[in-house]
Formats: sequence, structure tokens, C-alpha cells
Amino acid sequence: MMTEISLNILDVAENSTRAKASLVTIIVDANTAEDRLAVTISDDGCGMTQEQIEHVTDPFFTTRKTRKVGLGVPFFKQAAELTGGSFNITSEVGVGTTTKAEFVLSSVDRVPLGDMDSTIHTLITCHQDTDFLYIYRYNGREFQLDTREIRMILGDVPFDSPDVSAFIMQYLQANRIETDGGAAY
Amino acid sequence: MMTLDELKKIREKMQNEVNIRQEAGDRIRVLVGMATCGIASGARPVLRTLADGVQNKNLTDKIVVSQTGCIGLCQYEPIVEVIKPGEPKVTYVHMNPEKAEEVLTRHLIGGHVVRDYTLESSNLK
Repeated sequence: MMTEISLNILDVAENSTRAKASLVTIIVDANTAEDRLAVTISDDGCGMTQEQIEHVTDPFFTTRKTRKVGLGVPFFKQAAELTGGSFNITSEVGVGTTTKAEFVLSSVDRVPLGDMDSTIHTLITCHQDTDFLYIYRYNGREFQLDTREIRMILGDVPFDSPDVSAFIMQYLQANRIETDGGAAY
Repeated sequence: MMTLDELKKIREKMQNEVNIRQEAGDRIRVLVGMATCGIASGARPVLRTLADGVQNKNLTDKIVVSQTGCIGLCQYEPIVEVIKPGEPKVTYVHMNPEKAEEVLTRHLIGGHVVRDYTLESSNLK
């Protein structure tokens, strides 16, 4: 099990980058009135074959050659279903993959969302050839970060240069707090 | 809401600096395992410590920190591999942010392998 939902998100989004996605969209949508936290990760990567989709939630299936287990997707599915939520993954070869997990916010079995700022910052600064669209919603308020917009402003200045990297982290932190009022959940 | 406007200033500042990044082949490569096994055992803060350290010490022209997948030693994660041109690869195991800070200072900057944290010293079975 992952100790934070943000780590599940990092793990699944890493799969998108390995699937050669040019754009990865990550939506975190929390709604306390509906007692629901919905996480969607979609990409335009290589997608999965029918056989791969059928086995993707099987812990003893992986396309890796270095080990015989693949726990990333099963972990995410289990984390969502343990709360009474749901998990769904759709994919098409050459089109991309969409993973959606819904959590019941008040469930005692729900792990915390955790450090989303670090997850998004890590993805953006370590995968400079991939674009990310991150949308964070909390009770209807939202902010988003789109690396395509950042790229337009920066030109060829790399995302891992100290000032840019620090700015991205500050942007994520400040806008998250403004969106959810600093709620910890 | 914070906007992206400040990035324009950063860009102007950066464009005035002469960027002499060495060819990738001459730089020290630091690889952090970021597959499920790495992430589950704490690779994210390790990667961040190394990446931030290299950025803040202005070493991005000498050291490149990047991610790698699973190398099949999941029980030793978080794993950090250091590849210096012309030297054998060093594999650090069971890393955490404190150890990563030490490796940055003593090995990446100081040039001395931190033997206590390497795979060889961990009695590989």
C-alpha cells in the first residue's frame, strides 16, 4: 500500500510518461458535501492492448522484465475500493489511457491525499519533454497549472533551473492553499 | 491567486546569464529509482533532496539528477545510482533524505564514495 494518495498519483502518472505521453492530465477533485474525492489521470500515450487491460489490476502481471509483479495499479484500485469508492481504467492502443479512482472522503480506511505539491513538482521538473495539466478542485473552487503555458513564457529556459523549479513549487503551494484554505485531508 | 507573470522576470534574468551547460556525457549522472517499489519506499523525498540540492548549489552544469525505473532490487529501494564518467557505477541502497544529503556533499561534490550506504556493504543475498 502507498501511504498517501499523492504517491499513487505519482506512480500512475509515471506509467503515463513511460507510455510516451506528450500530455498527462491530472485532476484532483474533492467535495466534502458529497463526501467524495475523485482522482483522474489521463494521457495520450501508447495505450494498452485488450490483453493488458484485462490483466492491469492483477498484481502478478507486469510488462517489466526486472520483476514479476506489478503492484502500482492494484495498489491504487485497492486504496479506492477500501473506502467504498470505485476504480476504473480505460485504454486504447494509440489513443491513450484514463485512470479514475473515487474515494469516500470520510471512510476510516482512506489514506490521506498527502503532498500533492511534491508529486506535481517532481513530475514537471523530471519529465521536461512531457506536458502536464494539473487541475485541483476543492468544494467547487479550483486552480490549474498547465506546463504548455509555462513553456510559452519560458522558451528554452529549463524547468529544473533553480528559479523556475522554486517558482513552480511556490505556485503549487500558494494556489492550493487559496483553493482549499489549507485543508488537510 | 498567484499567476505565471513572475516567470517572465525569471526568463529575462536567465537569458542574460551565459548558459554553459556541459555536454550530457561529461556530467555526473544521478539516477533515482521511481517505479512503484521506489515510490512506495520513499523515493520521492530522496529525489527531491538531490534535485533541490544540485539546483540550489548551482551544480546543474556538472550533475544531472534523473529518474529510472525498477532495476529488480525492490527490497533495497529507495535506490540511487551514481555514474561518474570513467568510474564504476556506485549503487546506494535504502536511501532517505538525510543519506541523500550526505551523498550529495561527500560523493557528488567531495568525490568520496559513502561506502556505508552502498549495495556492496549491505550483504546482498
